[in-house]
Amino acid sequence: MAGVANLDAAFSALADPTRRAILARLAKGEATVMELAAPFEITQPAISQHLKVLEDAGLVMRRVDGTKRPRRLAKPGVEAMDQWLAMLRKALEKSYDRLDEVLASMEKQKRGEKR
Amino acid sequence: MSKMTLQTEGDTHVVVTRRFAAPPEAVYRAHTDPKLVQKWMLGPEGWTMPVCISEPKPGGKIRYEWSNGKGAGFHLTGEYLELEPYSRLVHVERMHLPDTTPDNHVETRFDADGTGTLMTVRMTLPDAQTRAAMLATGMESGMEASYVRLEGMI
Repeated sequence: MAGVANLDAAFSALADPTRRAILARLAKGEATVMELAAPFEITQPAISQHLKVLEDAGLVMRRVDGTKRPRRLAKPGVEAMDQWLAMLRKALEKSYDRLDEVLASMEKQKRGEKR
Repeated sequence: MSKMTLQTEGDTHVVVTRRFAAPPEAVYRAHTDPKLVQKWMLGPEGWTMPVCISEPKPGGKIRYEWSNGKGAGFHLTGEYLELEPYSRLVHVERMHLPDTTPDNHVETRFDADGTGTLMTVRMTLPDAQTRAAMLATGMESGMEASYVRLEGMI
């Protein structure tokens, strides 16, 4: 798993709807800056700026193809974030599983009192 | 029954839902009575809550302190804003890690669902950056918002 500093950068990078949309597009396959800019009403330099944030966060990488620099998802970064989220989710689920037990014992106690 | 959902909503919300086999009154009490909270709101295996203060009245204080028994720990403070027994709770909370995080405004609903309860926790953070930081550093018992899956990427 990547360091927490990288995860901070990754989550911060995702706190922007345009960058999330860029990632969603790249999930379908690699694309050039021009292709990525097409669906948005913003300039290519603005898209490049968003891509830089995503690259610095370890979520996107570029490939050299002649004069083109197609971008694609950086699997390790995306997976590190996903693993982290899965871990946090598990901790919350663990708490709620414990709450199930607490509720069951409350119910039992209540039935005991009625008797 | 135990299936939990966790989603981000807009730029500043996180919404968690979970079903419980007990009626809303019991689930509500388990969230407000400190003796009960202390038994379950513990996160990962091995953590305990040596201090649990909960004053379920408007303006009432909340203070939860966690410890892993090996010297590591952190705490949360908050205040109750609105209480509608046994259907709705509104409170604010912040973590001390030890730096204090921005206020998380939390509305918890307890809706009858057959003989059980559907609980919906709706958190509101001040801005998208704060929500991102919260998700990246974790919360009292862990949080998930798979932005990635939300956007249908994986």
